[in-house]
Amino acid sequence: MKRWLKAGIARTKPHAEAQGIVVEGRRKANGGRSRVFITMAVFFGIYATITGRLVYLGMQEPETGQFFGGGRMAASRPDILDRNGQVLATDIKSASLFAEPRRIVDPDEAVELLSTVLPSLDYEQTYRKLTSGSGFAWLKREITPRQQNEILQLGIPGIGFRPEKRRFYPGGPTASHILGLVNIDNEGIAGMEKYVDGQGLADLRATGLVSASSLAPVNLSIDLRVQHIVRDEIATAMERYHAIAAGAVVLNVNTGEIMAMASVPDFDPNNPFNAHEKDRLNRMSAGVYEMGSTVKSFTTAMVLDAGKATLTSSYDASRPLSMGRFTIRDFHGKGRVLTVPEVFIYSSNIASARMAMDVGIAGHREFLHRLGLLDRMQTELPEVASPTEPKEWKQLNSITISFGHGFATTPLQTAVAAAALMNGGKLIPPTFLPRTQAEADEVAVQVLNPRTTMDMRYLYRLNAEKGSGKRAEVPGYRVGGKTGTAEKVVNGRYAKDKRFNAFLAAFPIENPQYVVLSVIDEPKPEKPGMGATAGSNAAPIVANIIRRSAPLLGVKPEFGHESGALLVSN
Amino acid sequence: MASRVDRGPVATWWWTVDRWYLAAFLSLMVLGVVLSFAASPAVAERIGLDSFHFVERQIMFMIPALIAMIGVSFLSARNVRRLALLILAGSLLLMLAALFIGVEVKGARRWVALAGVSVQPSEFMKPAFVIICAWLFAEHRRQPEIPGNLFAMILLVLVLALLVAQPDLGQTMLVAGTWGVMFFMAGMPWIWILLLGALGIAGALAAYTVFPHVAGRIDRFLTGEGDTFQVDTGREAIIRGGWWGQGPGEGTVKRILPDSHTDFIFSVAAEEFGIVLCFVVVALFAFIVLKGLRFALREEDDFTRFAVSGLVILMGFQSVINMSVNLQLMPAKGMTLPFISYGGSSLVAMAISMGMVLALTTRRPERRKTSDYVFPPRILPAE
Repeated sequence: MKRWLKAGIARTKPHAEAQGIVVEGRRKANGGRSRVFITMAVFFGIYATITGRLVYLGMQEPETGQFFGGGRMAASRPDILDRNGQVLATDIKSASLFAEPRRIVDPDEAVELLSTVLPSLDYEQTYRKLTSGSGFAWLKREITPRQQNEILQLGIPGIGFRPEKRRFYPGGPTASHILGLVNIDNEGIAGMEKYVDGQGLADLRATGLVSASSLAPVNLSIDLRVQHIVRDEIATAMERYHAIAAGAVVLNVNTGEIMAMASVPDFDPNNPFNAHEKDRLNRMSAGVYEMGSTVKSFTTAMVLDAGKATLTSSYDASRPLSMGRFTIRDFHGKGRVLTVPEVFIYSSNIASARMAMDVGIAGHREFLHRLGLLDRMQTELPEVASPTEPKEWKQLNSITISFGHGFATTPLQTAVAAAALMNGGKLIPPTFLPRTQAEADEVAVQVLNPRTTMDMRYLYRLNAEKGSGKRAEVPGYRVGGKTGTAEKVVNGRYAKDKRFNAFLAAFPIENPQYVVLSVIDEPKPEKPGMGATAGSNAAPIVANIIRRSAPLLGVKPEFGHESGALLVSN
Repeated sequence: MASRVDRGPVATWWWTVDRWYLAAFLSLMVLGVVLSFAASPAVAERIGLDSFHFVERQIMFMIPALIAMIGVSFLSARNVRRLALLILAGSLLLMLAALFIGVEVKGARRWVALAGVSVQPSEFMKPAFVIICAWLFAEHRRQPEIPGNLFAMILLVLVLALLVAQPDLGQTMLVAGTWGVMFFMAGMPWIWILLLGALGIAGALAAYTVFPHVAGRIDRFLTGEGDTFQVDTGREAIIRGGWWGQGPGEGTVKRILPDSHTDFIFSVAAEEFGIVLCFVVVALFAFIVLKGLRFALREEDDFTRFAVSGLVILMGFQSVINMSVNLQLMPAKGMTLPFISYGGSSLVAMAISMGMVLALTTRRPERRKTSDYVFPPRILPAE
């Protein structure tokens, strides 16, 4: 205090003595003060503007009819039906119970009456809610119509219901991966539910035009009956072969429609508490795998299509093939020169490698690319993984890829490419929506010589008759197929005891209508001493699926001439 | 209460401190805690924390903030300068360090971990920068041969460079704006005003072209198209609140506002407590700014004038930007509402800077004299 006082006096003195300077300083200071005044005025103006804006917003009426935040009303969604009109997903109305605590007359009585209808209601918590004096409180979401009726009859004042929509899947987990999920606001977050939202439903909903009755149901290409069979078979197989996962797809080779597709373990979309567990992904489209020997179908088709070989050509598989520090061997080695059909049915790695070498690295890559095996598949389902391939293709990559190692692709994609081998050489993008033959022809791309298709049908049938696919045989339906037993990569090495098996099949082989692909992840021998190769587990899955579903798919059995290979002219 | 005859430091403080200011700052702090109960539980639950995580931390930070504010308010003007110099040097070093060792949050390096607490040094830099610039401007006015203005400019460029490097365009704008107004009040020649104004416009255009997110925000503001979810939701909250609000805890829009506890707390306040409370908040900030400027109008000592006005302008700008974004008066820009938004560094730094305001506005005898009293016009020389 004293110091300030002193300073003040000290400063006053020189001012009084030299007035000229003071006047100058004062003038300057005044200039500065007017600027302070301008600043004040500007700030005052800004704050006044803000106040004005607040008043303006205060005059606005809140938009009514919409509940924000926790109270948002679930929106309507179209039903999803299978190709025959069976309901796969639908909206059901439910009511949610709320209270307006301010209007509750007797909280004690209210809680007691309510708990006669809803015994699970927590007494303490509900009592606290009702006595809080607030304007709104949820008591129980999504109660049954019967409970609603009983509560209405109690006649408690200050209690009401808000209608809500809830998605219901009558089939439970049957088509869970295809249908996907919706969130609490009834917005699609996975699978075809998400696709449906992406088709303008979300925009439509924003404009408020959507009511349950105005939405046309969405039909899928799925046949619920076949879907049930497929899921049933893979679920059984997963248990029987003690596998960690299994999956299968039935694809129409001429239209690209997916008739059924399932992957287990899956989830129940009605109660999807575990849907996000890593293990429950849709392995058919969202998982990539080294498909193993099934890829030899493509290697063989490639060499035939390129004109580098015919069915009568032969390849030397007498000695293991040395490639740098790697040696390529055969599992079912014959130790001799093999013809192309022999290469196929004995699944020779050495000969497949030689086929790839014949075509060359660039040609090999181009061929897989042409069949869409190296690119992310385009389809309606959002859960689609991108295949992986080596950054740089060297000779060794090309060789291992020729027998299905070193590049990973989705099983669905493999089935789609296989359809091109069977249907006359047309690559048709897969779809989960119904598609006519004419529409399919528009999007189809001719990728192979039709002649190659004839050869491949012969080889597929031959392999089912004489090769590793014997257990896929279904009397009357002339199945042809190729097995694949791939060792899984664990920590960067191929593990001898962990396999990923697949069976890629088509039927009826003389004019294939459907491709069926089954995969089974880490199967163990069914009983000790039995094998765990694709021929012993993946092939029977396909056989069972075809046996049960072929009549539903409209394929007529033909008995009498069981040797399909003979029908195919060479 | 302390006796008037008591000459101890506390008693002196109590009788000289500006109690209106003290009351305004304390009310803002209390409002901050009250509103954090409304705004932050929803955010905390959304990111998986305990409901009252942010509330607890806000209250926890309030304690050092309060101590800092009161403590700093005891300082003399000279010690305020010393403290500012210390803080400025420290925070500039930390900002430099943050560029290399800082934690990257949402693409910006603004935070450093100091003894287990993550600190945003740029928050502390702002008041210190204002004080040092005020001192430089004042020195230049007192003795024009001291290149104070030049030093202030160099300091500004240094600070802006560090802020752009983070990048933190909001703070850049804030610091540049505050500096500009201070320089304006310190008697910047009009030619400089034009020059800096042009430079400012050029800078804004450069930001528009260089940073796509800036361009996007401005386009969205001008056209109203694109992703304006946060801003629209904020507006919805205010409208739903109406004059008297939905009542404490009754807000629902706040649950879907992503930054409800920081940048959009003003909207939450409106939804739950009504526009009337917003008027109170606006009035508090306007009071602080205008009172500070009025003080500058009367104050004799140049340093004190510039420092006080600089500090209140800094706070004023920050509050204006935050509230304008909430009210859709300007493009979206992340800016905290001083004292009210959640944020430890910003709270403590704001408390320090308002402590400085308190320290500089204490009543001192030399201010009693008005120029009119000492130099009545009639004694001016006639010539």
